[in-house]
Amino acid sequence: MQTSTLILLLAALSFFAYYLGVAKAKAVSSGHVRNLHSLPRYYGYYTALWCILPALLLLVVWLIFDDTLISQLVIASLPPEIQQLPEEQLGLFMNQIRNLVYNEAFSSSDDPVARAAAEHYRFLKHLSQRCLFVIALACAIAGLSWARHHISPKLRARNRVEKLLEFFLIASSTIAILTTIGIVLSVLFEALRFFKLVPVTEFLFGLHWSPQMAIRPDQVGSSGAFGFIPLLTGTLLIAAIAMIVAAPIGLLAAIYLSEFASRKIRTVAKPMLEVLAGIPTVVYGFFAALVVAPFLRELGAAIGVPISSESALGAGLVMGIMIIPFVSSLSDDVINAVPQSLRDGSYGLGATQAETITQIIIPAALPGIVGGLLLAISRAIGETMIVVMAAGLTANLTLNPLQSVTTITAQIVGLLVGDQEFDSPKTLAAFALGLVLFLITLALNVLALHIVRKYREQYE
Amino acid sequence: MQNIMKAENFPTKPASPGVQIKERRAADTTKIFEKEASRHTVGDFTVPDPRLTTRHVNVFYGDKQAIFDVNLDIAKTEVIALIGPSGCGKSTYLRCLNRMNDTIEICRVEGEIKLDEVDIYHDDIDPVVLRARVGMVFQKPNPFPKSIFDNVAYGPRIHGLTSSKSELEEIVEKALKRAGLWNEVKDRLDQPGTGLSGGQQQRLCIARAIAVNPEVLLMDEPCSALDPIATATIEQLIDELSRRYSIVIVTHSMQQAARVSHRTAYFHLGKLIEVGKTSQIFTNPRHPLTEDYITGRFG
Repeated sequence: MQTSTLILLLAALSFFAYYLGVAKAKAVSSGHVRNLHSLPRYYGYYTALWCILPALLLLVVWLIFDDTLISQLVIASLPPEIQQLPEEQLGLFMNQIRNLVYNEAFSSSDDPVARAAAEHYRFLKHLSQRCLFVIALACAIAGLSWARHHISPKLRARNRVEKLLEFFLIASSTIAILTTIGIVLSVLFEALRFFKLVPVTEFLFGLHWSPQMAIRPDQVGSSGAFGFIPLLTGTLLIAAIAMIVAAPIGLLAAIYLSEFASRKIRTVAKPMLEVLAGIPTVVYGFFAALVVAPFLRELGAAIGVPISSESALGAGLVMGIMIIPFVSSLSDDVINAVPQSLRDGSYGLGATQAETITQIIIPAALPGIVGGLLLAISRAIGETMIVVMAAGLTANLTLNPLQSVTTITAQIVGLLVGDQEFDSPKTLAAFALGLVLFLITLALNVLALHIVRKYREQYE
Repeated sequence: MQNIMKAENFPTKPASPGVQIKERRAADTTKIFEKEASRHTVGDFTVPDPRLTTRHVNVFYGDKQAIFDVNLDIAKTEVIALIGPSGCGKSTYLRCLNRMNDTIEICRVEGEIKLDEVDIYHDDIDPVVLRARVGMVFQKPNPFPKSIFDNVAYGPRIHGLTSSKSELEEIVEKALKRAGLWNEVKDRLDQPGTGLSGGQQQRLCIARAIAVNPEVLLMDEPCSALDPIATATIEQLIDELSRRYSIVIVTHSMQQAARVSHRTAYFHLGKLIEVGKTSQIFTNPRHPLTEDYITGRFG
């Protein structure tokens, strides 16, 4: 008896319950649907929900506790000398039994005790499934008949069904929020573990980053340096280059699209620009590493300036291209949100298009544009793939864009790719970096959203 | 709507004055246009010393024609009210006079519109210069998100009308005084114009428009977003301004047209139906459509 069969049966039953509910509602309505509090279909939903939900709940609870309970029973039935075994060995033995039960072909155990226990386990499992089957169906039928029995013209079926729907909506949003909180907390606690090994001040203000640790005690190696400043400057340098590329191009593109372009050009150009946003970042990454970086290096060689083949410039340029659609799309939205009446007012006074754009539209849209730029910066700071592929992993503390630098995100990748234990400072450093990165982008996003919201209030 | 259709079926009064006009002005230089002068219009659409003359104006939005063969003169110091039901083309016509329709992509204007004897749709005419001479006040007050001072100073600045700050201050003060707003805002010129009340905002927009010293002021329902007290202030202002400027005002309020204007033009479905002295239009309309409208039978 499979659980999936049971679920299918329950679904069929609740489907049937729906019609029973509708039929009952019509029967008690004394001929007129208007005598009912709710439309007949709500009585149907009501009955169907009463049929399936308690049964499903029971099923879930049963499946959660079923295995533990059976294991306890099996252990209780084992010979005392095995029961006396330490915790870990007992666990191993139980795993052996489970293997015998579920993947007999892969298990080679000949231990008669284990075989007997496996047999017992299998028996209990079957029993449990049958019981579940019978009880769940009984529960469904009980729910159905209870609901059907309660259907009367005065039953507020719609309100009840809607209440339940509302509950589901709340549950869904709660899941999303709780997940976020969970991630933040787990990053926070791991980071705290890191800060026990490496002082916070050393991490935040150290100028040297070299996370290589000796893997074995006898190994000759550095003890690691976890100063995060070189990573921060690298990140900011690349983000700054990206913004130098993206902010003017994106903004000017937005101004062209919203103020100059004819409708025909706009309908073609805007989606094409937004296609840029759909290119996977890994494609940008190898574009940066294989096309832009060699080009820059050769250009540098031609004019006698040494440019590293993994330069901040190359990564920044490509990242800038990547966020152009982000900037232009957001700016376009805010420029379009500037009321037409302001444009009319300016044109009506004899202002040229250039005067109107620079003196009326841009100032009016500025808060929104700044908000958009901040969002773009936080996007650039969080971007990983391009920097991993094109900027390198050398933590140089430099502001020279022609040299190789590394970023927070690239280092997180570097720290977690490898075979370090999970409690070594090297691995834990990734969580600390993640936390800092999260705090930076969070601050930028909050600021950006605040500015954008303030701007919106102005015109609504 | 049914009423409008019924009104359409009324025959135009047989002795159309348009015919007389044609004969009277036959010797005029514009006789080519006068030849088939106004098949629709009742009343004398000319004035002796016009600031603006419009002849055979047709306006199209894409394939749809919005204005049909409108002929109308506007005198140097007068207030002319354009009235008519919604969608009759009075705002569209108004926007032809300073080429604001240029900003609408699909809009096309035909015919001849002359400001001081010069065709404003001629290739040599820069709409930017034209709009400095023909100012506009809009239906909804639209102060720029700048200070009160900068709102008024915007026009003089972009047109380079002043060479010094004190000169600019003088212009701003004069414009605000003429708009009757000076006493209310003189202590807070650096505060945002958007913070004023609706009526003050509209007077600020009028001050902004007159700061560039236009010859004609177009007003597109300037009081429709205002309360009666603010409306009264603006109407008084219009009266004062009419000594200096030609004012063309579009309005939905017939009382307002009667109060502020010297002449009134009645538009219906894109055609200029009747034009004449305001007192005559409101007491003795000659076209049945005009009569229906002003007596409130439709619109």
